[in-house]
Amino acid sequence: MGPAGEPIDAVFREERGRLLALLAARFGDLDLAEEVTAEALLAAVETWPRSGVPREPLAWLATTARRKALDRIRRDATLARKLATLHADADPARRTEPVAEYWHIPDDRLQLMFACCHPALDLDTQTGLTLRYVAGLSTAEIAQAFLVPPATMAQRLTRGKRKIQQSRIPFRVPGPDELDGRLGLLLHVVYLIFTEGYAATGHRDLVRCDLVDEAIRLARILHRLMAGEPRVTGLLALMLLTDARRPARVNDHGMAVSLEDQDRSLWDTSMIDEGIRLTTQALRHHLPNSWSVQAAIAAVHDEAPSAQETDWRQVRLLYDELFALTPTPIVALNRAIAISWHEGPQAGLDHLETLAGEPGLARQHHWHAARGHTLARLGRHTAAAQAYRRASELAQTPAEIAYLSSRAEKYSTPD
Amino acid sequence: MLLIMGFRTGEGMPQPPSSGAPSAEEFMQNQQELGQAGVLVDSAALHSFEDATQVQVNDAGQRLVTNGPFAESREYLGGYQIIDVPDLDAALDWAARCPGAKYGRVEVRPLAEF
Repeated sequence: MGPAGEPIDAVFREERGRLLALLAARFGDLDLAEEVTAEALLAAVETWPRSGVPREPLAWLATTARRKALDRIRRDATLARKLATLHADADPARRTEPVAEYWHIPDDRLQLMFACCHPALDLDTQTGLTLRYVAGLSTAEIAQAFLVPPATMAQRLTRGKRKIQQSRIPFRVPGPDELDGRLGLLLHVVYLIFTEGYAATGHRDLVRCDLVDEAIRLARILHRLMAGEPRVTGLLALMLLTDARRPARVNDHGMAVSLEDQDRSLWDTSMIDEGIRLTTQALRHHLPNSWSVQAAIAAVHDEAPSAQETDWRQVRLLYDELFALTPTPIVALNRAIAISWHEGPQAGLDHLETLAGEPGLARQHHWHAARGHTLARLGRHTAAAQAYRRASELAQTPAEIAYLSSRAEKYSTPD
Repeated sequence: MLLIMGFRTGEGMPQPPSSGAPSAEEFMQNQQELGQAGVLVDSAALHSFEDATQVQVNDAGQRLVTNGPFAESREYLGGYQIIDVPDLDAALDWAARCPGAKYGRVEVRPLAEF
């Protein structure tokens, strides 16, 4: 895509994603889809100011892009042969088929998302391709968000696109046998985009926060296309309920604020309301899933006027359920924290100590920070200061380092 | 192309998903299914890696013939199947049904077209 392509992307982001998905699913060729999408958008920019915006802009764009694709296939015998082996719709006889109104144009973004998140691609590539092609971010924006040089990101995307092409990753929603596992991967990618952006809150480079919005946007698209899928509903709810606390997460000095100390009046109530509504929907399903349970935990926190007035019994029960579904060290850690509130700091500390041998946890600041917190509540200030110090050494973002250092400072000063 | 890879057993070697080796009957059965579905282009099973001989040619054009694959290689190619299917997911379905996937791994590689 030429340099002129990028500003157009920004104007037609939603349309671009839908067009690309439509064409990729139709022709089975991402390169072709990308090129004719760009051409159709360019044609729109040239034509619309003179002729006026058509009544159905997306239909206009889809017709234009499809015509351009078919022209290209007719001119290029190699491309036609390639598409024929892909069993794609390259039949010029169908070119006169009228494109109906906007709402009749299929939304194939789900198909595109499943291709981008295919397990044949590595996770970084899945994430990059999803942001580039489904969310419609530019390569430069994605590179900036993941703090990698633009050339590295461009190469990653090119390789990924080539693999989709060469190994013929289909633009298709997987069949019932595979759907469960494949949707799990897709949701993981969306949540990874979310946590990548969320962890960065408080960075001076606020661009990374856009990833949070992108992840929520992707989840909304998924929710629209798979409304009956409780995991999708649960994931969207979880992200809304978590992001609702964004205004209170970092103070004016760029220091992270713990959930306990956040000014809850800053939380976004409309996001909380929507999140709770979605959580209720997701939990109505007879089989619980880890996304919905995590959303439920976030909902209990978001409904509580303060940490002390939180229904910790409920939180603990939900963590028991989550641990049964996904027995990971980090869930065990959060469960121990819930126990420290529900049964008291000593019980919490006992649980935390049983996790000391978990290699994944000892190297993460969360475990040390949680120890510091329970030790402080038990009045063991010297030990608390040591734990907070260790946590601050392991923390990654400036906001967290600032917070954990200030805690270590606080408990190392004799009162 | 489905490359059917076996693992060498021994200390420090990767563990196959199941122990033992696929029986000839399992492969025959699989071969039959591929044939019935009309997707099989070609296939072959290879003799043991112990019967392999390697050839390399150096810059001076001299041949270097050695016994077998390198001792440190952990995997060996046990056979292959070439199938003609519309996309990767279809290829993966067949790879999963290949008896080799249970006792080793099956690598799916698109054939390059020239």
